[in-house]
Amino acid sequence: MNYIDSNLKVVGTRPIRPDGVDKVTGRAIYGADTRAAGMLWGKILRSPHAHARILSIDTTKAAALHGVYAVMTSADLPNIASEEAFIGEGPMNFRDLSTNVMARGKALYEGHAIAAVAAATQDIADAALALIDVKYEVLPHVIDVDEAMADNAPVLHDDMFTAGVTPKPAKASNIAKIVTFKKGDVEAGFKTADVVFESSYTTKPVHQAYIEPHACLATYGSDGQVTIHSSSQGQFMVRAYTAKLLGIDIANIRVNPAEIGGGFGGKTLVYLEPVAVALSRKSGRSVKMQMTREEVFRGSGPTSGASMDVKIGAKKDGTIVAVKQVLKFQAGAFAGSPIGPGCMCGVALYDIEHVDVVGYDVVSNRPKVAAYRAPGAPITSFAIESALDELADKLGMDPLTLREKNAAKNGTKTHYGVTHANIGFEQVLAAVKTHPHWTTPVKPGQARGLAAGFWFNIGGESSATVHINEDGSVTVATGSVDVGGSRASMGMMVAEVLGVDVSKVRATVADTASVGFTFLSGGSRVTFATGMAVTQAAEKVVDELKKRAAMIWEIQADAVEWKDGKAYPAGSNAGAFEPLDLPAIALKAGRTGGPVTAEVSVNAQGAGAGFGAHICDVSVDKETGHVTIERYTAVQDVGKAIHPSYVEGQIQGGAVQGIGWALNEEYIYSAKGNLENPGFLDYRCPVMSDVPMIEAVLVEVPNPRHPFGARGVGEVPIVPPMAAIGNAIRRATGVSMPHLPMSPPTVLAALNAAGK
Amino acid sequence: MAKSYVSTTINGESQEFLCEPQQTLLDVLRDVIGLTGSKEGCASGDCGACSVMLDGTLVCSCLVLGVEAEGASILTVEGVALGDKLHPVQQKFLEHAALQCGFCTPGLIVASKALLDQNPNPTEIEIRYWLAGNLCRCTGYDKIVRAVQDAGAVMRGEAS
Repeated sequence: MNYIDSNLKVVGTRPIRPDGVDKVTGRAIYGADTRAAGMLWGKILRSPHAHARILSIDTTKAAALHGVYAVMTSADLPNIASEEAFIGEGPMNFRDLSTNVMARGKALYEGHAIAAVAAATQDIADAALALIDVKYEVLPHVIDVDEAMADNAPVLHDDMFTAGVTPKPAKASNIAKIVTFKKGDVEAGFKTADVVFESSYTTKPVHQAYIEPHACLATYGSDGQVTIHSSSQGQFMVRAYTAKLLGIDIANIRVNPAEIGGGFGGKTLVYLEPVAVALSRKSGRSVKMQMTREEVFRGSGPTSGASMDVKIGAKKDGTIVAVKQVLKFQAGAFAGSPIGPGCMCGVALYDIEHVDVVGYDVVSNRPKVAAYRAPGAPITSFAIESALDELADKLGMDPLTLREKNAAKNGTKTHYGVTHANIGFEQVLAAVKTHPHWTTPVKPGQARGLAAGFWFNIGGESSATVHINEDGSVTVATGSVDVGGSRASMGMMVAEVLGVDVSKVRATVADTASVGFTFLSGGSRVTFATGMAVTQAAEKVVDELKKRAAMIWEIQADAVEWKDGKAYPAGSNAGAFEPLDLPAIALKAGRTGGPVTAEVSVNAQGAGAGFGAHICDVSVDKETGHVTIERYTAVQDVGKAIHPSYVEGQIQGGAVQGIGWALNEEYIYSAKGNLENPGFLDYRCPVMSDVPMIEAVLVEVPNPRHPFGARGVGEVPIVPPMAAIGNAIRRATGVSMPHLPMSPPTVLAALNAAGK
Repeated sequence: MAKSYVSTTINGESQEFLCEPQQTLLDVLRDVIGLTGSKEGCASGDCGACSVMLDGTLVCSCLVLGVEAEGASILTVEGVALGDKLHPVQQKFLEHAALQCGFCTPGLIVASKALLDQNPNPTEIEIRYWLAGNLCRCTGYDKIVRAVQDAGAVMRGEAS
């Protein structure tokens, strides 16, 4: 059923989330908050070198230390074959993941796991790590993406022959893959352009920087049954990867999803769980592991840094006729940067006749990248949206007008082959145009920037169960980890369908043995796809409740209608009966066929792409290069906001992560390839005093493929900020800002170079 | 090394524990006493997820040794509510949706209460600087500022 035009009573309101009280009182259980009797502490020894051959690992002394119960290396993991995995949010190869979890033959980045121990206390585990004797042959390393592509660069993998080129290259390189997307004839397009703008851009790797470090507790029973409690974006993802990496049947692993202390894509793969299970198998004891913050920075995430070239041509009237874009993305030590989305997302916002995009997936001696909120899109849009701003200047055109003139509409065919349908980009731009932030003159000493962003959003496999309990209250269980309040929206959709108060519905996240397979929480899919599953399950329950009422009344089921949480006779012909509510039907469930419950599994399609546009006013201290965000407004098509507060929260949070990416955050390396800022103090995420209020403007263009019109909202808001801020700085200073982060030293250097 | 005996008051109740001399108050709370509401985000005093009150002073419990708590009175997030009645800061965090993942929330609850206890009517700027030591990666801080402002109004008796 479709409820988009219904008179909704619950959807669109702002109830308190079902897991809220636990989270403000300290009761919620996260990854590191559990213990087991006789449990050991697992810790990992990490490579101090950016690139080194592992000549030998002697664990004898560590194993002999009193209180040490197990020591492991990659020799304790099966040496699995290269095989593509479709479990996480981006491309993954099982062999690479195994080698990332525990180095095999070579250390490929500083922080690469080399060995692990399990000991009675954390102090003993630390002492044991210090006793492991690793002999390395230090190899030349490469950090920068352009340097990694050079002919004479140190090669990380001697079996990496660039995919996507024919004939197959004769020698191995760091270029894992080249991808191309073409539409029209770009050179012919540029010939018809009156104005051409061209520039190069760079971005640095940035970490997802969830506040909760990775943590888990694993038990390998002597019967081969494994239980894992861990914090991740998908309990089924943890199960699948752990099973594959250790050669265990999936049925023998049960994963209990902990509350997750932030993920943003960074918890869509495993680092600790297979190690903890292997240590538990060796020691016969439960093993708890938790990363330090330094390990999180050195050994997990981040997303790619990039080097990009953009050329855009337009007619005098502002019609963009051609775009050429080259993107080189750092993948970290293994193939798998988000180069595909990077090639697609920058240009996807506009209706352009001639497009040529080439992308390079490049390995270097950095941690393997992980998904980060709209993987690839913020990077590519920084380049495209910055270039568009300068193009607008060259055309003598307002930057909003330029975007309106070229905005993708329903029916616009993208350069990657998909035709946009049910999108709301024009509505977003219209909302920008009339917003007080846009119509109010810029304050003296400040300047205003605008940028837009796009993300596909995904659907996929989800399972949900709805149970009517013995007293008529309702329990909802889904397989989707709740990363930002999704339990609230699940409960609300069920309450809406059942016609009951949301306080009567308890929404929960189930473990891998208690609900059907569900793809991880990523791609902004949960409210869309799992929301579809809970809605359908609630509808099945309503059908069943009508049948039960009919049995109680001894009439035909189709003579019963369901309204406001009660069964009514459908008309006077059906008979005269007092309405039956949920408790009344539940009371008699045993005599009318047993428990009233439904489980639905879906493979949801038609997620509905998301568009946003951000307006940002800045001031720039020309003495220090420090940029202050004075005012910030984020406009986004959200389809239908199920719980508007949490939709606003996604937009505000994404915008501030983008502000950090724009102004502060980066991985800084020494000449030896060591990360120099692996802590919050020096990495410097935005703190509360760095940012102003973030106004989130919800534009609702319903997605007809979702019962309530929802589309994903979590990823789009991190796409526009970098260019919106860069464009504002350029307008404030008259100096282009093609390099992230626009931290004080970068801005000051750019101002000085321009003689400002 | 021998463990030290420490006698404290935690959330109003006397509490004795044994701890290693190098063990932090955060580790004691979490691993010895079992109060896991205080979180470890960095163990270096940069994220504020482990914020507690120590004799009326807001501290990062990861920067305090367990043995330093001898004779002290400690308030953790678990002690902020009065029985089943939430503190106004907790209630307003819920009403304003000032949390998403909730991991930084315990520290923010303790730190916000500490602010309002000494400055019941803070400006937005005062809130932003007082809470600048509490990292939140989810919310963008907007709703947290509003929740603290609103909780202040409740504590001043100007709102419910």
